[in-house]
Amino acid sequence: MKDITLGQYFPGNSVIHRLDPRAKLLCVVLYIAMIFVASSVSGVIFSVFLTLFLIILSGIPLKIFLRGMKPVLFIVLFTTFLNLFLTSGETLLVDFGFIHIYLEGLCSSILIVVRITLLVAGSGLFMTYTTTPIALSDGLESLLAPLKKIKVPVHEFSMMLTIALRFIPTIMEETEKIMNAQKARGADFTTGSLVNRAKALIPVLIPLFVSAFRRADELAVAMECRCYRGDEGRTRMKILKYTKSDIAFLAAGVIFVIGMILLNRFLPIYRLR
Amino acid sequence: MSEIKLENISFVYGSGTPYEIHALENVNLTFEDGKITGLIGHTGSGKSTLVELLNGILKPTSGRVLLDGGDIWAEPKKIRGVRFRVGVVMQYPEYQLFEETVRADISFGPKNMGLSDKEIAERVVEAAEFVGLDVSLLDKSPFELSGGQKRRAAIAGVIAMRPDVLVLDEPAAGLDPLGRESILSKICEYNKNSGVTVIIVSHNMEDMAIFCDKIAVMSNGRNVMYGDRDEIFSRRDELLAVDLGVPLITDTVHELSALGIEIPDNIYTVERAKECILSLLGENPKVKKGDFT
Repeated sequence: MKDITLGQYFPGNSVIHRLDPRAKLLCVVLYIAMIFVASSVSGVIFSVFLTLFLIILSGIPLKIFLRGMKPVLFIVLFTTFLNLFLTSGETLLVDFGFIHIYLEGLCSSILIVVRITLLVAGSGLFMTYTTTPIALSDGLESLLAPLKKIKVPVHEFSMMLTIALRFIPTIMEETEKIMNAQKARGADFTTGSLVNRAKALIPVLIPLFVSAFRRADELAVAMECRCYRGDEGRTRMKILKYTKSDIAFLAAGVIFVIGMILLNRFLPIYRLR
Repeated sequence: MSEIKLENISFVYGSGTPYEIHALENVNLTFEDGKITGLIGHTGSGKSTLVELLNGILKPTSGRVLLDGGDIWAEPKKIRGVRFRVGVVMQYPEYQLFEETVRADISFGPKNMGLSDKEIAERVVEAAEFVGLDVSLLDKSPFELSGGQKRRAAIAGVIAMRPDVLVLDEPAAGLDPLGRESILSKICEYNKNSGVTVIIVSHNMEDMAIFCDKIAVMSNGRNVMYGDRDEIFSRRDELLAVDLGVPLITDTVHELSALGIEIPDNIYTVERAKECILSLLGENPKVKKGDFT
């Protein structure tokens, strides 16, 4: 149950860890753009090596990334099969009853697996694994700051995000406690029909909601006691600042995206449609 | 009514991962039939883990939990039956109230036992009386009650199952002194009337000294001391060594005897201290008894 937490931050002090959160967010955008542009075999192979290089640079063990793949496994498999069986082409590989697999289908499904894997690994690499949730929400706030001009409550959204992230572990812990307390009174969460099992969760959900509201209330009071009044005139403990490596990463990102477009044009070994 | 015994109990959280924590190591402990046993220990000493082992919320990594001689995990599918026999009131139990009325909430346990409506109704009233919850409150929403009343309602929810062993994790935490005293004496009364074995987990030495027959001391996942209340509290230095203390009044008496005043060293309650001090003063004609009462 504890694996669901978004706070999968993997402490470290690599170049990537030290990047400015804003730079990381922009890097993710560039990275995703690059993966989407990379529709040729040569482009995808280049992306794989680039990603591996970045992973080594971050100093995070490869197995952490593999573990992070688990939740998307289903989607990956689903799209793979869809592509494998539904893509038609010229070279027939398997012809078995209603199943027809074409070379084109095989190639495109392999490319799709690789691209989804890279997408997940890359966004994890720049965001969840190397950036604390708090830094991330600060970065987001600062990037979206121009929207304040058109009255979008950016600061409030970012505060909400920070608070939500902060309370995930607390609420998980609370859920476990309440479940244990109800189990002690003979509640049964594991047997019975689906309807009965859903009903069995009522004694957990009600106390959980009540305490979530109570917590929210207490937090609001505590924030007001410390004179929190929103964005206006608020200073920061950690002031975000771009460094040379941020600029280097961003420049590299832009170059890679452009390079990928050129690669598609001049070296299209195999192109996805 | 029942005895519960821990035999070579060890418990490891996150076994096999780098975050392994040995919460309990080789604990042997018997909670005697019909007695009130106080379980004390510093934060992180393994008390709460131990409580969750008693009714099978957790399964020991090794060792056995014996309820009247029978291993509670002999048939894992029947663990619910054990939970009806060993009633556990968790810390801050008022946060588990969820029904529309107090009556319905207290009925939750008995209902899970599959009892008849008539039986349930009887038990609810009985349990409410046991904990000193006014019957007129039964039809209110549990969320309208005061803190102390909520606590009582939650305890009644466990007592209504008529367990043979009643385990309470910090039953008086966060209550005002009057509330503490009243809840604990109700539990004590319940033990005397029904003969149910009671286990109370607490930090508060004063409470333990007043209400418990036996004391078990936990430290770093081990059971370091077990014995009669008087015996345990007379081992002051050992208690201090595991970051615990003795009741304040015992400390005070200790200081007095260090000053050369001849006073018995087995004093754990203010009442008893008052008696002893007055009887000492009685020998001194200059002080009138009335000055101290």
